[in-house]
Amino acid sequence: MKEYRTITQIAGPLVFVEKTEPVGYGELVNIVLFDGSIKRGQVLDTSDDLVVVQVFETTAGIGRDSGIRFTGETIKMPVGRDMLGRILSGGGKPIDGGPEIVPEKRLDITGAAINPYARGSPNDFIQTGISTIDGTNTLVRGQKLPIFSGAGLPHNQIALQIARQSKVPGSKEAFAVVFAAMGITKEEANYFMQDFERTGALERAVVFLNLADDPAVERIITPRLALTTAEYLAFDLGMHVLVILTDMTNYCEALRQIGAAREEVPGRRGYPGYMYTDLAGIYERAGIVKGKQGSITQFPILTMPGDDITHPIPDLTGYITEGQIVVSRELHRKGIYPPINVLPSLSRLMNLGIGKGHTREDHKKVSDQMYAAYAEGNDLRGLVAIVGKDALSERDRMFLEFADLFENRFVRQGYSEDRTIEETLDIGWNLLSTLPVEQLVRIDRDLINKYHPKFRQAGKAEG
Amino acid sequence: MEVKTEKTKSDTAGVLKRIAGPVVTAVGINAHMYDVVKVGKEELMGEVIKIQGENIIIQVYEDTSGIRPGEPVTNTGLSLAVELGPGLLTSIYDGIQRPLSVLVDKMGDFIQRGVSAPGLDHAKKWEFKPLVREGAKVSPGSIIGEVQETNIVHRIMIPPNMKGGTVQSIKAGSFTVDEVICTLDNGTQVSMMQKWPVRVPRPVNEKMNPTVPLITGQRILDGLFPIAKGGTAAIPGPFGSGKTVTQQQLAKWSDAEIVVYIGCGERGNEMTEVLTEFPELEDPKTGKPLMERTVLIANTSNMPVAAREASVYTGITIAEYFRDMGYDVSLMADSTSRWAEAMREISSRLEEMPGEEGYPAYLAARLSEFYERAGRVKTLGGSMGSVSVIGAVSPPGGDFSEPVTQNTLRIVKVFWALDAKLSQRRHFPAINWLNSYSLYLDSLHDWYDKEVSPEWNTIRSWAMEILQKEAELQEIVQLVGSDALPEAEQITIEVARMIREIFLQQNAYDAVDTFCDMKKQYDMMKAIRQYSDLAYAAQSAGVTPQQIVTIKSKNDLPQIKFIKDYTPALQKILSEMEAEFNALRSSA
Ligand SMILES: Nc1ncnc2c1ncn2[C@@H]1O[C@H](COP(=O)(O)OP(=O)(O)OP(=O)(O)O)[C@@H](O)[C@H]1O
Ligand SMILES: Nc1ncnc2c1ncn2[C@@H]1O[C@H](COP(=O)(O)OP(=O)(O)O)[C@@H](O)[C@H]1O
Ligand SMILES: [Mg+2]
Ligand SMILES: [Mg+2]
Repeated sequence: MKEYRTITQIAGPLVFVEKTEPVGYGELVNIVLFDGSIKRGQVLDTSDDLVVVQVFETTAGIGRDSGIRFTGETIKMPVGRDMLGRILSGGGKPIDGGPEIVPEKRLDITGAAINPYARGSPNDFIQTGISTIDGTNTLVRGQKLPIFSGAGLPHNQIALQIARQSKVPGSKEAFAVVFAAMGITKEEANYFMQDFERTGALERAVVFLNLADDPAVERIITPRLALTTAEYLAFDLGMHVLVILTDMTNYCEALRQIGAAREEVPGRRGYPGYMYTDLAGIYERAGIVKGKQGSITQFPILTMPGDDITHPIPDLTGYITEGQIVVSRELHRKGIYPPINVLPSLSRLMNLGIGKGHTREDHKKVSDQMYAAYAEGNDLRGLVAIVGKDALSERDRMFLEFADLFENRFVRQGYSEDRTIEETLDIGWNLLSTLPVEQLVRIDRDLINKYHPKFRQAGKAEG
Repeated sequence: MEVKTEKTKSDTAGVLKRIAGPVVTAVGINAHMYDVVKVGKEELMGEVIKIQGENIIIQVYEDTSGIRPGEPVTNTGLSLAVELGPGLLTSIYDGIQRPLSVLVDKMGDFIQRGVSAPGLDHAKKWEFKPLVREGAKVSPGSIIGEVQETNIVHRIMIPPNMKGGTVQSIKAGSFTVDEVICTLDNGTQVSMMQKWPVRVPRPVNEKMNPTVPLITGQRILDGLFPIAKGGTAAIPGPFGSGKTVTQQQLAKWSDAEIVVYIGCGERGNEMTEVLTEFPELEDPKTGKPLMERTVLIANTSNMPVAAREASVYTGITIAEYFRDMGYDVSLMADSTSRWAEAMREISSRLEEMPGEEGYPAYLAARLSEFYERAGRVKTLGGSMGSVSVIGAVSPPGGDFSEPVTQNTLRIVKVFWALDAKLSQRRHFPAINWLNSYSLYLDSLHDWYDKEVSPEWNTIRSWAMEILQKEAELQEIVQLVGSDALPEAEQITIEVARMIREIFLQQNAYDAVDTFCDMKKQYDMMKAIRQYSDLAYAAQSAGVTPQQIVTIKSKNDLPQIKFIKDYTPALQKILSEMEAEFNALRSSA
């Protein structure tokens, strides 16, 4: 392989090389330092006279005397069955002291888009045991459902509880977890690793760690390595794979850094204009393929800068993912775990995975009714602060009461409390039965007669 | 722009000079703007978008990884065009009209590059039935025959860019789309397929004013903010507010004859949902499968961005083609913001001077050119057809002041403003009734008057007034609480709540309520009106608001939505309501 020593400029993570032979766009580049060590990069721009290379590690040590080797192929990673149970760096190198991965295949890390015509419809209900998810924002296999959180909120606990408790009731198929850390602290990473070890999940997991003190640019490839692995496990080996990506905010910061180094015209708040497309290239790598056994379910975690859901990172994410679980500082302050605020939360695929044959026929309407009642009660809290409780009508007072009950009985649950969907829905009905029946306008009469505690008991007594 | 669907000059060969993502530079070809070129050894499809001296700048519709400078580039001399003819219906295409089902056969479950696939099946034979005889005079746009494509009749026309003449021979029988079915005296040979460049609007005889609503079965749309057949509407909203569900509802239930649905830079699973759901749905009026009138374009967010840019043009050209047959077509584009972003991405790679928020300066022009292709028209063939365009807009942070929303609102006539506050409380469709508008109300007035009821327009205004009044009263309530309101206004609040909860809220996932015809819409609104009249009368007769809002019969009114044959139930409620009010008044 030819080695060029024609670096003309180094700026941020970018290296500019003048060269003689044609180089492919997106090609993998090895940069050889004076001590023989090698750094990796990728071609961002290629022409007859100049090639721009984005380096995935720090550019420390790279100089005009460094050698450049173009590998002639795009970035590929070795994948194999023996990746399960292994811990790799954010760049894909084993860091657990174990042997190199024995490749069964080498796959392009960018991944190809699933042809929409080949996608299977995701409709297997995943029970997480958490009421605010199962009851009101139901997750299905093959969905991408991010957790929108804030600094200092317990998103990691929630993610772990989900990873631990998730099951498709009645199914015993092979599953695996792919965990990709981007720029999180060692302590946070340990928190995950210890839980994986304690519960035995590690054996069925592949872990990629890019920590806070690892090179920021490496974060650009970490989720792609993780998803390439997940695709192999899911679509070649037929496993149901849960992918946890944390923290996507750090990923986006790295993206911004590269954009700035290239002196691109920035989009909103300095993030590149192509961030939507870039993120879609990650999040869309979830789903089911018709005729294949496995699936990829994604749980990206991100911290919203300033708790602002309109910030470009959560905003563009929400536009791509199939809903979002929003963690609320206010509920956290009230001491409620898991502090999930259902109002801005959403699962877009919920309707495919609930109802008769999936969960229970009353599921959708119970959920809608609880939303409506909680939203109304929650609004009234603002009013009470101004005019006092006494100025409320009797109806309003009942809704106000409902909002408190909802937070304390439905939202609040233990870190290892694993509720069945029936338990969740029954809690829902118990709460709704505190409201007059005629206020339950979202639910048809038939379902009320069948499930409402008052009528159910009446029915039983007669029968 | 020139219409080039046949080769106009000999191929010239050049080489690639630079590759930077979806935009590449070539030298050595004699290209014109918007010519389609084949890029690299794998012959990836691209389009010329800028010419700068020697340098020909090309956007490539497929992934360019691994492509090197020095690889060949050839010019086809053609414009980016679609194939139009039997076989379009029930198809699902990518942004440049490659059938996704064919791509699965050719390259498996994941989209690879370098595979071309024609928009129509050229091997399939269709039963052609002539509608003109030898000796007939025909001109561009004339319908010369038909093919029973699905349950829809596909009319075969003389292409708009062909010369007319006298039919010399025309034959019935079974033909592929390439075979000649008709010859004119001037030698012109006509087949069932025509090609049309996507960036050029198909010509019409005359644009007409829209006077008929596109009935969607969605109460807030048909009832309060209707769009006309041939009209334009925008539906902006933050993520999760209901753009896609509303668009899909329109694709399912609107009374268009043909539906073109463009998934432009959105989710793969949403297209899968359409693909699995539509074949099982039936047209509420005709009982025929809805898929049979539908064409889908799916260029999802992770598919090449240049093809996303092309997808809206591909879609609208197909829509115009069916319009030219005399059909009422409705086109949904979800989301036009992703299209605008594709323009921005390409523009920034061209290092063009950015306009507002990095969008190219020609954003507004492109948007208005696109929406201008909507309309109710007299076709070249002399029949009436229409294209209605409904574009979703995805404003960053849900902020409507951004360029795509603003430039769209300057053009479209209907604005359905989605509101995160409503969607968060699961009030769907989350269309804000105070901010939304339809500029078609006047031109549709007569239709509602004649087809629904002479009272319809009055009752609509009444409902809007109550909602407006409620908004004002809510401001007072926020200060003093609801009990402090005067009695009559407490009733207004209650009636407004009924309009919101009973009429406006409509669950897309309820088997019955997903579609509501005009008669039921009218009956529901009239029932609320009846309650309102009785309530105010009772209040002036001395009945307390507490008694009025708690009458029993009204509790069953929301249930009407979930009942298919609702008339008996509604009659019962209304007569009980009257009895209850009578009793209250006599005891007051
Ligand atoms: N368009 C609307 N759709 C639904 N509900 C509405 C609408 N307008 C007013 N309301 C009702 O009135 C209440 C107050 O309206 P809304 O919250 O929109 O006011 P606002 O001025 O935007 O409030 P804020 O200042 O908190 O943003 C809502 O919570 C809702 O119950
Ligand atoms: N008319 C409706 N009826 C019931 N649910 C709806 C309706 N419109 C939207 N929704 C709910 O809102 C969610 C988000 O809607 P969607 O159309 O995907 O939003 P957007 O396209 O604006 O991001 C849906 O998954 C669904 O749960
Ligand atoms: Mg959408
Ligand atoms: Mg017509």
